[in-house]
Amino acid sequence: MQIIYTDVLVIGGGLAGQRAAIGAKRRGHDVVVLSLVPAKRSHSAAAQGGMQASLGNCLGAAGDNEDIHFADTVRGSDWGADQEVVRMFTHTAPKAIRELAAWGVPWNRVARGEREITVDGQKKTISEPDAAHGLITSRNFGGTQKWRACYVSDGTGHAMLYTMSNQAIAANIPVHERMEALALIHADGRCHGAIVRNLMTGELLAYVARATCIATGGFGRIYRVSTNAIINEGMGAAIALETGVATLGNMEAIQFHPTGIFPAGILVTEGCRGDGGLLLDRNEHRFMPDYEPEKKELASRDVVSRRMEEHIAAGHGVKSRFGEHLWLDIRLLGADHINNNLREVKEICQYFLGIDPVRELIPVRPAQHYSMGGVRTNHRGESPQLRGLFAAGEAACWDMHGFNRLGGNSVAETVVAGMIVGDTIADFCDSAEGALQLSTSLVDEFGRRESQRLAEIANGKGRESAFELARLMQETMTAEVGIFRDGDRLEQAVATLQELQLRSRNISLRSSAPGANPELVTAYRLQRMLKLAQCVAYGALQRTESRGAHYRADYPRRDDLNWMRRTLARWPSPDDRLPALDYEPLDIMKMELPPGWRGYGARDYIEHPDTGVRQQQVEAIVGDPGTADRHARQEKLMPFRHLLPEHLRKDNQRLGEDT
Amino acid sequence: MKHIPLRQAARNLRIQILRHNPRDPDSQPHLQTFEVEEADAMTLFIALTEIRERQDPSLQFDFVCRAGICGSCGMIINGRPGLACRTLTKDLPEQITLAPLPAFELIGDLSVNTGKWMRGMSERLETWVHSQALERLDINAMEATMEPELAEQIYELERCIECGCCVAACGTARMREDFVGAVGLNQVTRFRLDPRDERSDAAFYELVGDESGVFGCMTLLGCEDMCPKDLPLATQIAFLRRRMAATA
Repeated sequence: MQIIYTDVLVIGGGLAGQRAAIGAKRRGHDVVVLSLVPAKRSHSAAAQGGMQASLGNCLGAAGDNEDIHFADTVRGSDWGADQEVVRMFTHTAPKAIRELAAWGVPWNRVARGEREITVDGQKKTISEPDAAHGLITSRNFGGTQKWRACYVSDGTGHAMLYTMSNQAIAANIPVHERMEALALIHADGRCHGAIVRNLMTGELLAYVARATCIATGGFGRIYRVSTNAIINEGMGAAIALETGVATLGNMEAIQFHPTGIFPAGILVTEGCRGDGGLLLDRNEHRFMPDYEPEKKELASRDVVSRRMEEHIAAGHGVKSRFGEHLWLDIRLLGADHINNNLREVKEICQYFLGIDPVRELIPVRPAQHYSMGGVRTNHRGESPQLRGLFAAGEAACWDMHGFNRLGGNSVAETVVAGMIVGDTIADFCDSAEGALQLSTSLVDEFGRRESQRLAEIANGKGRESAFELARLMQETMTAEVGIFRDGDRLEQAVATLQELQLRSRNISLRSSAPGANPELVTAYRLQRMLKLAQCVAYGALQRTESRGAHYRADYPRRDDLNWMRRTLARWPSPDDRLPALDYEPLDIMKMELPPGWRGYGARDYIEHPDTGVRQQQVEAIVGDPGTADRHARQEKLMPFRHLLPEHLRKDNQRLGEDT
Repeated sequence: MKHIPLRQAARNLRIQILRHNPRDPDSQPHLQTFEVEEADAMTLFIALTEIRERQDPSLQFDFVCRAGICGSCGMIINGRPGLACRTLTKDLPEQITLAPLPAFELIGDLSVNTGKWMRGMSERLETWVHSQALERLDINAMEATMEPELAEQIYELERCIECGCCVAACGTARMREDFVGAVGLNQVTRFRLDPRDERSDAAFYELVGDESGVFGCMTLLGCEDMCPKDLPLATQIAFLRRRMAATA
């Protein structure tokens, strides 16, 4: 088996992975990026509507800053997020976007003077100030108080990913394409790289590294209906889980996006609603104001998706032969706006639905979209259990999203996390601990193990079909572990997944084609995906409350008293049939923003006694005349800057705000 | 519109695929026909996935986003390069012939190595912003301004998804292996338009001022006709050729 040595191995070539790679490379370390596909085809490219960063340039963003972005994100998370991490994120997001602007992303810009916008179904004329002309503009998104989603038409992720990839090429960072990590090499709580399969030739290789970073995105494909690319099978999270050492955080926190086109589940951006689009029912009635008078179509995604499903269940869905759906109406935005700012949406409607959204309604229904959970790391992106293992982006759970992510916060997170974790990795490599220290017999042992696992599948004499079992898993997750969950159905799902796991050991392949063998790929990924699916289903069964996107019909209230805790899942032994769950507490007494009502969604929740105490402390600090300056006040409430790499600690400059 | 447009009677599609597995010493390139019952709103992504799952699990092809934005699934569809994922079978006759994109290294069946080709093109044309200012970049300070229209013009060229359809449709690329293709020339015009890139026309001339670059184009217009993103490739190449001729 060929062994490739590098300082840093980054698994995943999307925005997070490539930015982490650039960060480590800049600090003088050799980096290799592994990617299932050419890096520019990563799922980051699918982000359409925008990247949240509180620049505050355009009129709708005036007055925005890190404080408001922080509060929006914590409320969005339904208080599940790590507030220190949210602070680190909101502080770094403006720096990330400015770096990308200098690197070449053609962000849409503010144009001075009057323009027409659509708000709440009405046309309005606003006038952008001269001072903002040519600065990066932003659009409205769900769950935010300001227009904060900076965008490149509706191809934001594409433009960001191309710029990032080009920078990685400029930095001479090799991307080994069509390579899949099958297992992390580890011993005694230290990770040393990965056993990797070449998806063109089928051969196994070992990549031995001082630091290994998982940046493989989400695992949406455990669901049947998902906006995710078909490569989003969560293999990075799965191989971390299979170490038996590293943990996965909050796997039950799954986001469903309100506007997947029906029935294909392809995403149309939240920007459609941010720019003024409406949701209509079978009678073309705009129903969201009936449920959510404050934010209407622009409540957070978990809330809007639930309201949509509730409305369909109440008999207001549009019936079609594929099932029921609702309508997204962007006709009122006009042809000019759609042709310029929502052109990918227009193409998707044309090609997949055969409709023109300038004149016609778009059939939509919520679809699985995002994995808030992932490889548990600390605020620096390090696995607390497995030294030398790092994670960034959607694959990670450093926990800035809690139980619901705000639109536009994920692409922002990828780049911010890449910036921070890239430095963490470099620090680690610079430290004594970062030295390479393993025997090649360990590498051989892991190589043999993976080779044997593949041979077992390839020579399997059972009667099961990998494709069929994968389909059953996806059906189960969509039907039983979806937007509305309850104990009975979750128990059913856990049992079904256990059965599928047993059956997945009796797969036989019909094809023994030399090379990658796509059927073999499906089979070995399925065994890992079933473990992820079980972490989701079992975690959801155990969490007897409703928080953010995790909604239990039998426990409809958020329960801060019992559930101010993050789920940690481990898979101690390959023969285990369920993950081992642990919980780590979130300390209300350290929160800058103690739990409360989100400003949309349910008002009813079970309070923790600490909340009142902490609220009083916060009010005392806010009321102290010595803390009139917002930075000084924030520092008193919950210091965070010391957690950031030093070069990311400074204030962000803004129009009308001195630094 | 009150419903998703549907087709009345299901057709029986005959999908003929050019098969070859270079990893298999016994493999010879050959056409193999699969029959698939057409479903409503069926795309070639759905049809090919169904063939792999139910008929031949060894069939190789590349899909990633399946939404027409990532550029993975370029192939020759009834003689024309296009994105398979967003091609609806209802827009095709019952007899469908699929072949891998020419001009790229074959991985197997319909899967070709566009990634390697595109990385090579990027390295050769240095498709990134070249700027001395990046050394001193202060990411805490306000970003530099840009005219809103200019940002939109740059995005217009940046929409390229490197699918390779323009290369497959290009007469020059079929004759010259080193031709950078419309995809490469478009990148040059994109960075040339971008004021953040400090390269001069003389520097761009060094990159594309010969027959493997802008002077290799025979103006057959296949690139623009076949571009799934409707990029104005012919106009960009003509414009670049004039600039480069003036620079020489």
